[in-house]
Amino acid sequence: MEQKRIKARLELEDGSVFHGFSFGAQKSIAGEVVFNTSMMGYPESLTDPSYYGQILVLTYPLIGNYGVPESRIVDGLDEWFESDGIKISGLIVSEYSFEYSHWNGHKSLSEWLREHDVPGLYGIDTRLLTKRLRDEGAMLGRVLFFTDERDFYDPNKINLVEKVSIKEPVEYGNGDKKVIMIDCGCKDNIIRCLLKRDLKVKRVPWNYDFTHEDYDGVLISNGPGDPKMCRETIDIVKKVLNGDKPVFGICMGNQILSLAAGADTYKLKFGHRSQNQPCVEAGTKRCYITSQNHGFAVDGRTLPDGWEPWFTNANDGTNEGIRHVSKPFMSVQFHPEASPGPVDTGILFDDFKRILS
Amino acid sequence: MINLPKKVIILGSSALKIGEAGEFDYSGSQAIKALKEEGVYTILVNPNIATIQTSDYLADQVYFLPVTPYFVEQIIQKEKPDGILLGFGGQTALNCGIELEKSGVLSRYGVNVLGTPVETILNTEDRDLFVSKLKQINVKVPFSHAVNNIDQAVKKAKEIGFPVMIRIAFALGGLGSGFCRDEEEVRELAQKAFAYTNQILVEEYLLGWKEIEYEIVRDKFNNCIAVCNMENFDPMGIHTGESIVVAPSQTLSNREYHKLREIAIRTVRHLGVVGECNIQYAFDPHSEDYRVIEINARLSRSSALASKATGYPLAAVAAKLALGYSLVDLPNSITKITKACYEPALDYIVVKIPRWDLKKFKQVSKKLGSGMKSVGEVMAIGRKFEEALQKGLRMLEIGANGLVQNNNIDIDNVEQELKEPTDLRVFAVPEAMKKGMDVDEIYKLTFIDKWFLHKIKNIVNIEQQLKQVGEQRCPRDLMLEAKQAGFSDSQLAGILEKDEKEIRQLRLNYGLTPCVKQIDTLAAEYPAQTNYLYLTYNGNEDDLSFLERNSVMVLGSGAYRIGSSVEFDWCCVNSVKTLKRLNYQTIMVNYNPETVSTDYDECDKLYFDEISFETVVDIYEKEKSVGVIISMGGQIPNNLALKLDAAGVKVLGTSAKSIDNAEDRHKFSKLLDELGIDQPEWKELTSLDEAKVFAGTVGFPVLIRPSYVLSGAAMSVASNDAELEKFLNKASDISSEHPVVISKFIERAKEIEIDAVSQEGELLVYAISEHVENAGVHSGDATLVLPPQRTYLETTRRIKKIARKLAHALKINGPFNMQFVAKDNDVKVIECNLRASRSFPFVSKIFKVNFIDIATRVIMGHHVPKIDKSVFELDYVGVKAPQFSFTRLIGADPTLGVEMASTGEVGCIGPDFEEAFLKSLLSVGYRLPVKNVLLSTGPIETKAEFLASTRLLADMGINFYATGGTARFMMENGFEVKKVHWPLSGKKPNVLDVLSNKKVDLVINIPKNYQEEELTNDYIIRRKAVDFAIPLFTNVQLARRFVEAIYRKNLKSLEIKSWAEYE
Repeated sequence: MEQKRIKARLELEDGSVFHGFSFGAQKSIAGEVVFNTSMMGYPESLTDPSYYGQILVLTYPLIGNYGVPESRIVDGLDEWFESDGIKISGLIVSEYSFEYSHWNGHKSLSEWLREHDVPGLYGIDTRLLTKRLRDEGAMLGRVLFFTDERDFYDPNKINLVEKVSIKEPVEYGNGDKKVIMIDCGCKDNIIRCLLKRDLKVKRVPWNYDFTHEDYDGVLISNGPGDPKMCRETIDIVKKVLNGDKPVFGICMGNQILSLAAGADTYKLKFGHRSQNQPCVEAGTKRCYITSQNHGFAVDGRTLPDGWEPWFTNANDGTNEGIRHVSKPFMSVQFHPEASPGPVDTGILFDDFKRILS
Repeated sequence: MINLPKKVIILGSSALKIGEAGEFDYSGSQAIKALKEEGVYTILVNPNIATIQTSDYLADQVYFLPVTPYFVEQIIQKEKPDGILLGFGGQTALNCGIELEKSGVLSRYGVNVLGTPVETILNTEDRDLFVSKLKQINVKVPFSHAVNNIDQAVKKAKEIGFPVMIRIAFALGGLGSGFCRDEEEVRELAQKAFAYTNQILVEEYLLGWKEIEYEIVRDKFNNCIAVCNMENFDPMGIHTGESIVVAPSQTLSNREYHKLREIAIRTVRHLGVVGECNIQYAFDPHSEDYRVIEINARLSRSSALASKATGYPLAAVAAKLALGYSLVDLPNSITKITKACYEPALDYIVVKIPRWDLKKFKQVSKKLGSGMKSVGEVMAIGRKFEEALQKGLRMLEIGANGLVQNNNIDIDNVEQELKEPTDLRVFAVPEAMKKGMDVDEIYKLTFIDKWFLHKIKNIVNIEQQLKQVGEQRCPRDLMLEAKQAGFSDSQLAGILEKDEKEIRQLRLNYGLTPCVKQIDTLAAEYPAQTNYLYLTYNGNEDDLSFLERNSVMVLGSGAYRIGSSVEFDWCCVNSVKTLKRLNYQTIMVNYNPETVSTDYDECDKLYFDEISFETVVDIYEKEKSVGVIISMGGQIPNNLALKLDAAGVKVLGTSAKSIDNAEDRHKFSKLLDELGIDQPEWKELTSLDEAKVFAGTVGFPVLIRPSYVLSGAAMSVASNDAELEKFLNKASDISSEHPVVISKFIERAKEIEIDAVSQEGELLVYAISEHVENAGVHSGDATLVLPPQRTYLETTRRIKKIARKLAHALKINGPFNMQFVAKDNDVKVIECNLRASRSFPFVSKIFKVNFIDIATRVIMGHHVPKIDKSVFELDYVGVKAPQFSFTRLIGADPTLGVEMASTGEVGCIGPDFEEAFLKSLLSVGYRLPVKNVLLSTGPIETKAEFLASTRLLADMGINFYATGGTARFMMENGFEVKKVHWPLSGKKPNVLDVLSNKKVDLVINIPKNYQEEELTNDYIIRRKAVDFAIPLFTNVQLARRFVEAIYRKNLKSLEIKSWAEYE
């Protein structure tokens, strides 16, 4: 049941203040405030390492409805989550459901946030807040309790990938073909998608040079922050591009592949974070509904010779993927592994598997 | 480039009926607009004259003709279209289209089916094909068997294990479907179902599973999106049209949502839908198991709801995709800068609640189940479930203040209500909680997901907290919490024992006003270019600023229900159009997702919210509108007149005082006396003795009507003391607080109506129509004839004079309608409404003079020149006929009376009365030719009255079956007749066998008594006729006119002319 409500507030760097009530941990924090328009999938989103350092605003107003599943390790990965814990710094919602209902709900969202020492705020006009972020761009913010003080903190100024990437290589599965997965803050479902297709996965740290090892293909994962912070990863990928082994990038992987190829990236005003981004495949009338979570994008105009745009966002025309005209190098800005989000582009993993041989 | 068709025929859904209502006016209108944008010539077939889609500014040609294969073929032959749209007129259009395809008509005339191919439609409609198609892609369907006779049905039911579901193969809103606990119930239901079809399904019963729906759109390039998903509050076992539904789903995890979404898309691609499609699932609440229950490869009620819930114009997009466009070619019409190929993200919750009118029917079962009985629905928007639910319950206009604090909703047995739901179940949940039942116990009885139950618990808790406030002032925090949970001012007033005004004042003192938020399809990711709006207390700031100073608010009609339907939507939409032409900013307030007025492109601003005093004033004060038009949306806005006026809101048009003078029985009666206008004698009474004395003075029969009416609690006609006593006892609480109005009921009189517009008390235009039925049949159930064909000139002259006098006396400035009874040339006023009436679209379209346009100009103070009288001299006749939905109202007695029972209407045109009349009857389900008739012609007076008609039938060589008295009477008069025994006699040959073996194609059964409620033989005959889908007449005037019409005309002789061709 609802206890006595504890007040807390979100302050933005433009000076605006949003008053709400606390759920989850009672802890003041600072970070970059971003919004996501998905209507479901908070256990997946909250554990997505790409949100590392961010205060996440969910525009769907009713959150916590189905609780949080129990942790269960399958094939070395936690079945219902995208990493080993909550990766956001703070959560902002309009209404929090104190009572949840689901056969797979094991604890409430509030309990789970408390376990991971992450604060949540409810009772916020998230639509108003979102409009501000849309108009002014993603902003720094801080969640404050009582008389607490915190300095604003820009997570994009540091190498976030280093924080969320695995420290030592780990292998999963025992398929015939071996994929090197560069972990920039990878969502576990990428690994599950590869395992489901009977591939062997070697997950390596963001700065691990595997180029002298034996492998069949490379997958560059998603991850948080500015891709240009990953100098070492870009250099390793450059070496890979000298060969002919298939490369597939996802999200930050798209940006790193582009940077390795010689193109440029930039920060979007407020990013794409949702499950409904339409992406059109170049040269076709096929449009896919995709799941996305990124604040940076590839500047399609800077692609060097030999490379071409693969997908384009139907809403704002931004780049959603690139491919090499002759070599098996390609990447997408969206998340074919879904989780959360639509599974329509899961076929890209099939395509990747096909070109491994 | 796209190869566009040149000329496209669009099939409408005909009259509104249960399971097929106003949503198809919305979808058809959008389709026509979409086609016109592409320069395609459009031909619409729809006899529903009250719709917006049959307006003169939409389709290029409109045919007010039955949507049946015969008539559509004739129109195709004449118009030579190269394309046809079948998906925009509900099951009526779909079934007609399938027939035309199967009989080769479409290919013979080279008409291409646009959008989803007929083969796909058949694969979704024929259960066997459907199951095998889904099996091909490993999609699960319920364990199900198609059977062709009753014994097979029983056998399969035993194999599956009871309980089982029985479903009809070509379902129309679950018609003929049901849940059977044992063999006997299977036999009974199967027999009924076989009256409509030769194939039924016996299926596994998925008790307590969640019910989830998705709306899917696919283009011919195989792009496929899920526009919306919805979750039923009431789980499996209750038809989705009978369920409270929320959008988006609330209790599905990401994996579950996307699993069902993926299956939906896979299925739709496999079936080859091009356009819009609805898929319904049963979903296990304890795992991720599912079954696909049904697919509708057409626009549907759910798709209309999804469209309004998300802002995605499903029908318009489906029409464009049918022409060959891709989703990527089309823009998102809300943001204008993004594309139609996306899935809306909502940042609010939508709650749909069905509206029932079961109290209007005699003997109907109130239990909800797998068949549909509701007549309309409301959609409420909020940022909490509690907020939207309470708004929605008030929108029903059944007297509910919200979920709690409802003094007029009584539930005898809460536990039973939870277990065997009727239309009041949702109110039983808080009652059960107050009685101490916990969420788990309620779940076990209802299978309503605990998430919803916990939210209801929150409402109950807030009510408890409010009750503890006692004499003190309600603290601000608590009031805010209550407002955020959807409590209205008047609901708070009830709980806090204050009046609404005090609460409002306190609320304003606290600075608590709702925020206006936009529905923008993308949860604020992109700015919206349209003003599709709702109010919420769960927000800090409005989405827009209010700068215009010349806006006019038009209040809509609310949920469709018996007595108030699409005709008022037509009035509202037309009023808005005129306001736009007069350069006003238009603001529409309405909450009915089945309407055109709630399309966001019909007005400058659409408030999808309550039409209550509180909400209207809140909007008015924000918008600083010029004023409010309350005369277009029927009785709901009309009822607000005095209160709005008193609160300082500018009521445009006829003054609130005049409206009150017409609405208040006493004031109106006094006015009539002063003006020397005759009226039936009446009295307001507070005791049975007084009633008896009154009836003794004026003579029986008398009409009794409770003056405090909750959702049309029965009006009755009493013919003697005993009946009077019975009805008054039933109207239980007669008191000085709830008096009963009794009036003399005039028999054997004609009923005549006038629809008119008056400017500053001067009659400007008017239309007089007569009823085919004698007075005593509710005007909404009567068959209207325009211009009158059987009324004395002197009578119409007197009516006109009375109308002038009243218009002058009440200074009417806008639309009004009056009803009269006339006997010889004696004319008495029975009703007067100072607002647009249900017949405004009919008279406007028959005369081709838009009464609403004129009324709106008048209301806004624009001078309207006198109308040239010659336009009222017609070379043709219009007939408006009612559509009944008795087939769906299990057990209801299909007779006509003073209480309205029809759910819709049609209006047809012909060179003479008989032709227009026949076309209208054919449009509402009567069939030609007639070869065998079952007669039971009631009391001796009507037997005699029908004698001449019997002769005509005999001359036509028609065979007669008749029950006892009628058979004897006919034989005495020299007719050959097969006598059959009464149902309850058990003797053979029995009338029931004649009906169930379909030996007759028409039943004429005239009840002996207006309001007798006992379960009689007559009732059984009428009910069986309805259950076996045999056309039925219960009114002798109507039956006589029908016989005369078929004596003189046959199907082939009816002319195929478009509306424009009648000049």
